[in-house]
Amino acid sequence: MTTPRTTKSKPGNVTRRRALKLAAASAALPLVHIRTGRAAGKVSIAFWDHWVPAGNAAMQKQVEAWGAKNQVEVQADFITSNGSKNILTIAAEAQAKTGHDVQAFPSWEVHNNADLLEPIDDVMKRLTDKFGQVNDVCSYLAKVKGHWLAVPTSSGTQYKGPCGRISVLKEKAGLDIVGMYPAKAGHTAASDAWTWDVHYKAAEACYKAGMPFAIGLGQTSDSVDTAGALFAAFGAELVDKDGNITVKSDKVRAVLEHGQKLVKVLPDDAVSFDDASNNRALISGKSALIWNPPSAWAVAKRDAPQVAADSWSFSAPSGPAGRFLPYLPFFWGVWSFSKNKGAAKDLIEALLQREPVQERCDAVSGYDVPPFTSMLDFKIWEEVEPPQGTVYNYPLRPFHNAKAHIAALPAPPEIAVQIYNRGTMPTMLAKLKSGQTIDQVIAWANDELEGFSR
Amino acid sequence: MADGTSVPIGGLASAKSAGRKTAMQKFAQRRSTTGFLLCLPLILLVACFVVYPAFYAIYLSMLNKKMTAFVGLGNFQFLLKRHTFQLVIFQSCLFAITAVVLKALLGFTLAHLMHNIPGKNQKIWRGLLLVPWVIPLALSTLTWWWMFDPSYSAFNWVLNQFGFANVPWLGVGWIARFCTIAVNVWYGTPFFMIMYLAALKSVPEQLYEASAIDGANAVQKLFFVTLPMMRNIISITVLFSLITTFADFDIVRILTAGGPQDMTHVFATYAFQVGIQSGDIPLGAADSLFMFPILAFAAFFVLRGVTKRTKEIAA
Repeated sequence: MTTPRTTKSKPGNVTRRRALKLAAASAALPLVHIRTGRAAGKVSIAFWDHWVPAGNAAMQKQVEAWGAKNQVEVQADFITSNGSKNILTIAAEAQAKTGHDVQAFPSWEVHNNADLLEPIDDVMKRLTDKFGQVNDVCSYLAKVKGHWLAVPTSSGTQYKGPCGRISVLKEKAGLDIVGMYPAKAGHTAASDAWTWDVHYKAAEACYKAGMPFAIGLGQTSDSVDTAGALFAAFGAELVDKDGNITVKSDKVRAVLEHGQKLVKVLPDDAVSFDDASNNRALISGKSALIWNPPSAWAVAKRDAPQVAADSWSFSAPSGPAGRFLPYLPFFWGVWSFSKNKGAAKDLIEALLQREPVQERCDAVSGYDVPPFTSMLDFKIWEEVEPPQGTVYNYPLRPFHNAKAHIAALPAPPEIAVQIYNRGTMPTMLAKLKSGQTIDQVIAWANDELEGFSR
Repeated sequence: MADGTSVPIGGLASAKSAGRKTAMQKFAQRRSTTGFLLCLPLILLVACFVVYPAFYAIYLSMLNKKMTAFVGLGNFQFLLKRHTFQLVIFQSCLFAITAVVLKALLGFTLAHLMHNIPGKNQKIWRGLLLVPWVIPLALSTLTWWWMFDPSYSAFNWVLNQFGFANVPWLGVGWIARFCTIAVNVWYGTPFFMIMYLAALKSVPEQLYEASAIDGANAVQKLFFVTLPMMRNIISITVLFSLITTFADFDIVRILTAGGPQDMTHVFATYAFQVGIQSGDIPLGAADSLFMFPILAFAAFFVLRGVTKRTKEIAA
């Protein structure tokens, strides 16, 4: 006969069993497990863990409501992009062919996992019929062989245009950014004069005044996106849409000639910038302009209110080939090995209706940009302050005469992802900063691109 | 008796009953069987978490980018032709060899200094010097990163106080290389120190007394008594450290992520960038497997030396 083992412990004593329970509970904390009726099965979804904590709470509430209404048990996990943990999770699930039903795919991951994603044209058609088309970057990243493999979402989707100090740019460089891009609908003539040459002259003036533009030349996303916008504005493609290496072109040479001037007025340590360096430069009051979503402004609002009150987001400068605004969309896709594809698609569609998108956008002070143009009339971008309207021009608006862009577009995505993640464009600029000639930089890039095109 | 020659107590009756035991019972009673069964959990763990992933990595490294076709050694050939990967090989070797040599020298020096500190003080110093090794590496590297930070470097602040200009610690290739190696040395030296200290304490005092009687000075004692007695532990420690340093990921990933201009990438960080971030898992697997022949080569010679010396001592 066996006697059940009991654990006796004095209150306050930490037993091994109690410690194990505590550890298990702690490990489960990041997982938001929402249980509802199970009549329609179970769906697990991995969301991007939002920088703004309120973003997760808003999402959780919506998912819970959808689960209760549809009698589906939903497990929502919020996975951070710190240390590329979200990409590691996607890679692990793709290898194991098991995991969540729905994943939040950062920009390039849809193509990376195209063979394992369920076509989602039906959902996309209903959404675009209702809310209008999405931009070309979304099609480029998520439409494979004519089929949508994931739906562009608002959660985590961001533009990464300039955010400048109003007073500093006016005083040191004579640039009236609020006049160029006021917080109201309508094109201004002044914005037409906002070119990369003007950008360079302003950078030079601010550099001399000890307030350099904090533009990174590292290999992380912020550096890549800014360099991508610069290259696109000059029409400089490293690889064309057919996969041909086109780095030895006059346009690439022209952008590098501009880059040769620009890098000289960037911070001395620009080559070692990561995605936090530019934020810190703005928040600490050491920089006149950065290229970033409003997260830097949001932190400044808390830590350096005087800097936040003097900051303004606006569109990218234009070049010979046009005006290109860095854009990084997130997508929601359903794995082909999902066990409840129907419910997964329903959940995605429900979360991308106007009302829930607006609710989430409000919760994160306008950080998340909806993929559908018809949703750009949310009031949040007008209301956010200080100063009022500071992020009005953060999302790309039709009167900006700009195009959403991701670095390395239009190269075939399997090549572009390597150009992007290896930071080829900012590295080219970094090499100029280190004193290499344009010919040397082009030769290096050509060698790299040959490797990417295997 | 523990030598395997013991006879079961119980006399003839027991012997008769033993004769009736089935083959299965006999098999189960063998000492080797027991040993195997006791080791089985470990064997399964090693098989699941070491052998299987290793063979899976080899399998992956021989596939094309889409993982749909077998390409043999194509990925390895491709990597060897790339300028960036040649830089990675150079940097990995520079990083590992320099760091291990410095750790060994510093560890050896510290162990000697520690060995000569008497009584309780030695315990205090030993504890203090072990601190870098017991702090989780990712956390301590973050602290270093803050000190090297491009904009707010604590080191630069100190330099500024003395009138010197800022140093772009992580922004210039060779300085960044120096920084990654320095952090690795800071982290790994205590391991060498503690191993060498243990080895020093095991050197018989009589040997030093005998050499002193023969007129040996301190340097002669070091080269003719201490070092020969420590050769095995030095070899094993260097080998172990070489393996872990070659496979280092945290320090480079946190400090520089391989930059500037790929000048600090090591095999592991480059494999992560190529395999995970750029979606080319077979190429990433091929990259990470480049460590294997280098380490196997080192392990072969080091372990051969250790075995040879052990036999000499036994003889």
